[in-house]
Amino acid sequence: MSPLDTKLLRDLARIKGQVIAIVLVIAVGVLLQVMMSGLVASLSETRRAYYERNRLADVFAPVARAPEAELARLAALPGVARAEGRVVGAALIDLVEEAVPIQARALSLPDFGEATFNTIYLTAGRLPEPGGRDETLLLTAFARARGIAPGDRLPVTMNGTRRSLHVVGLAEAPDLLYIGVPGEMMPDPARVAALWMRRTELAAAYDMQGAFNEALIALSRDATEAAVLDRIDALLDPWGGTGAYGRSDLVSDRFVSEEIGGLATMARAVPPLFLAVAAFLLYIVVGRIVQSEREEIGQLKAFGYTNTEVASHYFKLVLAVAIAGAALGCLLGVLAGRAMIPIYLTFYNFPFLVFRPDPAAFAIGAIASVAAASAGGIIVLRRVFAFTPAEAMRPPAPPDFSRTITFTGRAARLLDQPTRMVLRGIARQPWRTLALAAGIAGGMALASGMTTIYGAFDRMMDLSFTVIDRSDGTVVFTHPLGEKAALELARIPGVFSVEPVRDVPAILRNGRETHRGSVTGLVDTPEIARAIDARMAPIALPDKGIVLSQALADILNIAPGEMLTVEVREGRRPVLEVPVTKVATSLIGAPAYMRLDALNRELAEPGRISGARLRVDPARAEEIWRLLKDRPTVAGVSVAKDARASLQKLMDQGAGSARYIMGAVAFVITFGIIYNAARIAFTERARDLASLRVIGFSKGEAAFILLGELAVIVLAALPVGSLAGYGLTFAIAAGFSSELYQIPAAFDPFSHGFAASFVLGAALVSGWMVKRDLDRTDLIAVLKSRD
Amino acid sequence: MTPAYSARGLSKVYGEGPSAVHALRGVDLDIPAGEIVVMLGASGSGKSTLLNILGGLDRASSGTAHFRDLSLTDLDDRALTRYRRNHVGFVFQFYNLMPSLTARENVELVTEIAANPMPADEALAMVGLKDRLDHFPSQLSGGEQQRVAIARAIAKQPEVLFCDEPTGALDSATGRAVLKVLNDVNARLGSTLLMVTHAASIAQMAHRVIKLADGAIRDVQVNATRLPPEEIHW
Ligand SMILES: Nc1ncnc2c1ncn2[C@@H]1O[C@H](COP(=O)(O)OP(=O)(O)OP(=O)(O)O)[C@@H](O)[C@H]1O
Ligand SMILES: [Mg+2]
Repeated sequence: MSPLDTKLLRDLARIKGQVIAIVLVIAVGVLLQVMMSGLVASLSETRRAYYERNRLADVFAPVARAPEAELARLAALPGVARAEGRVVGAALIDLVEEAVPIQARALSLPDFGEATFNTIYLTAGRLPEPGGRDETLLLTAFARARGIAPGDRLPVTMNGTRRSLHVVGLAEAPDLLYIGVPGEMMPDPARVAALWMRRTELAAAYDMQGAFNEALIALSRDATEAAVLDRIDALLDPWGGTGAYGRSDLVSDRFVSEEIGGLATMARAVPPLFLAVAAFLLYIVVGRIVQSEREEIGQLKAFGYTNTEVASHYFKLVLAVAIAGAALGCLLGVLAGRAMIPIYLTFYNFPFLVFRPDPAAFAIGAIASVAAASAGGIIVLRRVFAFTPAEAMRPPAPPDFSRTITFTGRAARLLDQPTRMVLRGIARQPWRTLALAAGIAGGMALASGMTTIYGAFDRMMDLSFTVIDRSDGTVVFTHPLGEKAALELARIPGVFSVEPVRDVPAILRNGRETHRGSVTGLVDTPEIARAIDARMAPIALPDKGIVLSQALADILNIAPGEMLTVEVREGRRPVLEVPVTKVATSLIGAPAYMRLDALNRELAEPGRISGARLRVDPARAEEIWRLLKDRPTVAGVSVAKDARASLQKLMDQGAGSARYIMGAVAFVITFGIIYNAARIAFTERARDLASLRVIGFSKGEAAFILLGELAVIVLAALPVGSLAGYGLTFAIAAGFSSELYQIPAAFDPFSHGFAASFVLGAALVSGWMVKRDLDRTDLIAVLKSRD
Repeated sequence: MTPAYSARGLSKVYGEGPSAVHALRGVDLDIPAGEIVVMLGASGSGKSTLLNILGGLDRASSGTAHFRDLSLTDLDDRALTRYRRNHVGFVFQFYNLMPSLTARENVELVTEIAANPMPADEALAMVGLKDRLDHFPSQLSGGEQQRVAIARAIAKQPEVLFCDEPTGALDSATGRAVLKVLNDVNARLGSTLLMVTHAASIAQMAHRVIKLADGAIRDVQVNATRLPPEEIHW
């Protein structure tokens, strides 16, 4: 091996603490990049393949009841390539261990052969026999969560009739990638299900013989979706069509898209940020390392080594560190990505999902770190190369302190010599000081930003379940009932209060922006579930007008004062033009609120309610839910406690769990920066400090001079980092927020205090490690080392 | 015979303004090839500065310096590097070893890029360090480090050898051994040897003795007879 390469290895070993710190910092930056972009690539690719293989329909057209013959007319519409009808229905699964029935979607399978669209993916058992009575397939995720296997019996209520179904197999389908608990939208494999039965069987259960209530359609290649949707709506209107919609409005796909979109946004915004901080650190550290080798560089040049040869020597050093970091980061990124896959398999019903790292992420991670490190090295090398070898080899002239701070008068009397040395040291190299401070501020920003996000998740839960919606449970009726129904609920022993709601499906339009959702009618002065403004004060609902949640206002790109079109998809299906009066703070879903009476007036259905929110005696809650389970008018009950647990689980184990990885990454980077800052200060001062010790300064005084400087830099960096962290919070919160839930960004003093404590703690630990080395230094060796 | 080196009006000023230091003030000099030249002078008289300029380590402020036909003062950085690499061996006043390399590796650092080197072990043996090949500079005494530096310079078998106080840190017995090695290199390879020293008696082994004072040449003296290094005492 050439002596230069030997030198390289020994140098790496000598500064191993720093090398490890830098490698880790790069590694975690790259980890994040590889993990997130890999997840985006894997999810989108798997989804695409699944949709293609299992032929997800392009258009879904729900109707009340349309005769089979309409399918031919649908297929004949311009822009429609194929059409197929199926029967869908709502079912309740009544498990003994549950107080509330589990809501399920029942879907038909063709009596013979495969479906044209949304073909199922059988994960266990077999298909129901054609004509096999009571035979059903069950959604795999639900079966797993509940420990149900093929061969088991399942008590199911369909269309008001209780029956015992025979589970013959488990399945998944591309239109059920995501399936939320009705009324909550939370994905919870244990609390929502789907069943598939043969068409004849299901049609009998829902009175759909010779008819269908959902058409599935494939568009021809050159069709424009919007135009075809209009034609389908016109055709199906007489049959009670509630509006055809494309894939992008399919709830399942929308949530998966949200997830992928959110991940993609974060993958674009967050890892580069972390990588940038890591790169900056690398830039500084490599610069300092090269700077400290100034005399060696002079020597190499004196022996006749060319600039290129010298530069390539240091480039190898940079490369070794950067590549090690990038390689470790890729490895960890793939491991982290793989670890995340089961999470996605829990909340999304993918039949298969393989983590496939995105090669571009490897490249980006490696190139960014190598480039940053090289830049740091090259800038310093250029400076050193500008010297003649004689100049470079000479120990740097005693630095010129004549132009830094002079201490006169009171200051001179107040400051002792070591303190003056600290202050002069800082003032002498303002750029170096600034760079170190900027690095530490970057670390502080990442740490405080991420800690704030942790808190924000909890805040979101708290606000949602204790301020915005304070109900213990929500009852949904099978169809709109008179107000009397609420009074009946109130009479149940243990029910404290009842608040009726009217929820109607609707398409909200503002120009080109549309959203399929619902409008919630609330009583005049609601006590249980309210629209809340930014200051947590209840918003009074207007007699004419609508209040939108922030998420919805963002989706529709609309502001208070503007007019919104609401196409109600129920009853006589009025189309309303209403002003948006206020925007409400809402952290779960994207609700729109109107006054119950105003909504009913528009529907011309006075006094109708679709459900109610309840506050109940906690001791009797279980009993109350069990009672409700048996009422024929109750389509489902959603228990707040369960919903909260589902959301908590989603955030801890689902997409939100990325925050733990990001948090860990933030703290690793912060520590790396501070440790390196301390190391740099130490290497630069080793000789001075040894000289001081020789002339009689104590170890403590020497340490004070060294660490005092670090302390000042750290303290100066904290407020700056805190401010940057505040800004960062908004970016990260936006990345984590989806239509399902929104993460509120705010200044959180606790998080900033915590991050600051961490930074200070890291500074103390680094200071201690450096002090230990300082105490251990062999004075003679240091003084002998360079002349 | 063309001189190995010739300098005309060579000056070097460090710094500028009132604090400027005139390290060399118009030096004129000719050094014939193959000679041993000893440079004497008080501390601060400009010896190291002159050596550095002739060795291509530093640049003159004004004047010219030639190595054979090569105008050192006109060379760009790249050409100066090539000059040092192909023609010159150096022993610095300060030992300047790479702290992270062993004695042998420090020598190999130079032999690796030399055209016609001797093996590193052999060079170290010549300076009496064949038992310390694998020691790091921090494990060597000042004198031993100096000898490693000398081994590093001679291992290259250069046409010109610059030595800035090669015996400064050595006892006289070791110093004599080192001088013998240098003398051998000169005799065997015909290398031109430029040596700075504070020990005036060492001048007795030189072909030519140059005395510097205050940045200028005060006296050049050609020795009619030379003493072999073994007979020099200081
Ligand atoms: N980098 C520098 N900046 C300013 N002045 C310098 C520098 N290097 C040398 N000098 C000055 O130039 C003059 C000549 O220095 P030089 O090193 O050539 O002396 P020297 O004859 O080698 O002395 P010594 O015997 O002590 O090694 C001295 O006055 C020295 O202070
Ligand atoms: Mg000198």
